[in-house]
Amino acid sequence: MSTTEKPHTIRTRIWHEDAESDNPFATRAAYCRGYDVYGGMLGHARWVEMLYLLFRNEAPSAVQADLLEALAVALANPGPRDASVHAAMCGGVCGSTAASSLMAALAVGAGQLAGGHEIFLAMEGWDECGTDLDAWRQRHARPDVASGSIWPKSEHAPGFDPHGVSTATSVKQTLACLAGFDCGKYLPWLQQNLSALEKSADCPLALSGVAAAAFADLGFTPDQGEMLHLLLRLPGAAAHALEQRPLGYKNFPFGTVELENESTGEPA
Amino acid sequence: MSQQTKGPNLLQENVGVLKSRMGTFYPGSHVIFRGHDLHTDLKDMDWVELYVFGITNRRFSKEQLRLMHSIWTYTSYPDVRLWNNRVAALAGSSRSTGNLGVAAALAVSEASIYGRGIDMRAIDFLIRTRQQVDEGADLTGCIRQELDIHRSIAGYGRPLINGDERNQHMLALAQSLGLNQGPYLRLALSIEETLFSGRWRMKMNYAGLVAALIADIGFSPREYYLFLFPAFLAGMQPCYIEASDRPEGSLYPIPCADILYEGESRRAWTK
Repeated sequence: MSTTEKPHTIRTRIWHEDAESDNPFATRAAYCRGYDVYGGMLGHARWVEMLYLLFRNEAPSAVQADLLEALAVALANPGPRDASVHAAMCGGVCGSTAASSLMAALAVGAGQLAGGHEIFLAMEGWDECGTDLDAWRQRHARPDVASGSIWPKSEHAPGFDPHGVSTATSVKQTLACLAGFDCGKYLPWLQQNLSALEKSADCPLALSGVAAAAFADLGFTPDQGEMLHLLLRLPGAAAHALEQRPLGYKNFPFGTVELENESTGEPA
Repeated sequence: MSQQTKGPNLLQENVGVLKSRMGTFYPGSHVIFRGHDLHTDLKDMDWVELYVFGITNRRFSKEQLRLMHSIWTYTSYPDVRLWNNRVAALAGSSRSTGNLGVAAALAVSEASIYGRGIDMRAIDFLIRTRQQVDEGADLTGCIRQELDIHRSIAGYGRPLINGDERNQHMLALAQSLGLNQGPYLRLALSIEETLFSGRWRMKMNYAGLVAALIADIGFSPREYYLFLFPAFLAGMQPCYIEASDRPEGSLYPIPCADILYEGESRRAWTK
């Protein structure tokens, strides 16, 4: 509920628009954090610079933009085996709307297994533990007591793969690439202490763990990291949803359900 | 499936396998819903009864089902200002589809200051507090502890006003159905008395009352969470319809001058 004197105003530190003289609802100029978007940034700014600027108050340095862009490439397509992309394809394969396919990818990709909330929790870890290995060990040993939350309890250390055996090559390649930008202290420390952290977490590092460290190195908060992770994984979901549409449901896994016994309903 | 299996072996055991206790459909033949034939055994269930049976695998009395119906009815407000309803209405104004607008409106209804976020905290607080009081703890001490941790008590106070127009009607209904004598409702009313007579001056809101009533019916927090999903639903479609019937883009139009910019001064992009 707005409490300002003008009840219809929206407060923002991000965006300002000047109106055309003939129409108070038409944009003559738009400014993002003070930069003229259409008159100064367009044609000069990179997509990742705009992305960073929207979430932070300042434009990224060259190395920050490079790191964010590399991370965006790594996250762009989780691939059709990923649950969030699977969900998007469930929309695409039966001709559901484009938005519903992305909403499906967001809902499934929001969770604590490779999803947005896992990023949030892993980034809380960086806030709490930083580069203190003992602090990470204590955090990993602490049981999750998330009672009273809409989120289920965590079933594994956030940022690690509960079904993994060893660190996947793709994860190691991403960590090596992103740590190589030398854009913060967390990614290099994660690379140096990987074995000890995996032992502490009792499972290998996941791509979400690399992403969380990268977001932390870029200075994003856990809330911002969660949001960006949701956003940056959508391109693959969109492409796979569209690809499945002409293939149709007959060419998409359906399967057979084997019913297990369930006791019949009891009175309350 | 072995509960001990871990890692890729666990996943491998489940490749191409779909096992369910919940049900399946046999195309052209019949549907099994939690062990029952939907179109013969369950065909006379009303929709809410089926909905809570699907969640709990339990059957409920006529009075309990009546209460559950009304829990949804009493909190369905076709007021476009409410933040979740506004999402449905903005979808209508922007000429999006009704499904997308209402689905998004329901999704945002698990907010931290209203809806599922506060509902989960409310039932969790009641369950924890009852346990502590049963073990001999002092109720005022439990309330102080909760306020120290969260700075608020879920189910008490309200974002817009301290007081809730729904509660008197829901309490009257619960009384008429004989469902107002449960231990959680008694506890919730004691908490309200403590909070209102103390320096906090907070009254119980609908989230607190409904959490107590449903806890007395025996729902777990997860069952309660899933039960409440459509709680605001009936108020959303009217908002979508009205916005759809008006000229496109005419809901909450915002002139450029109504954006109150508080950020950096203008500067040149030099990269």
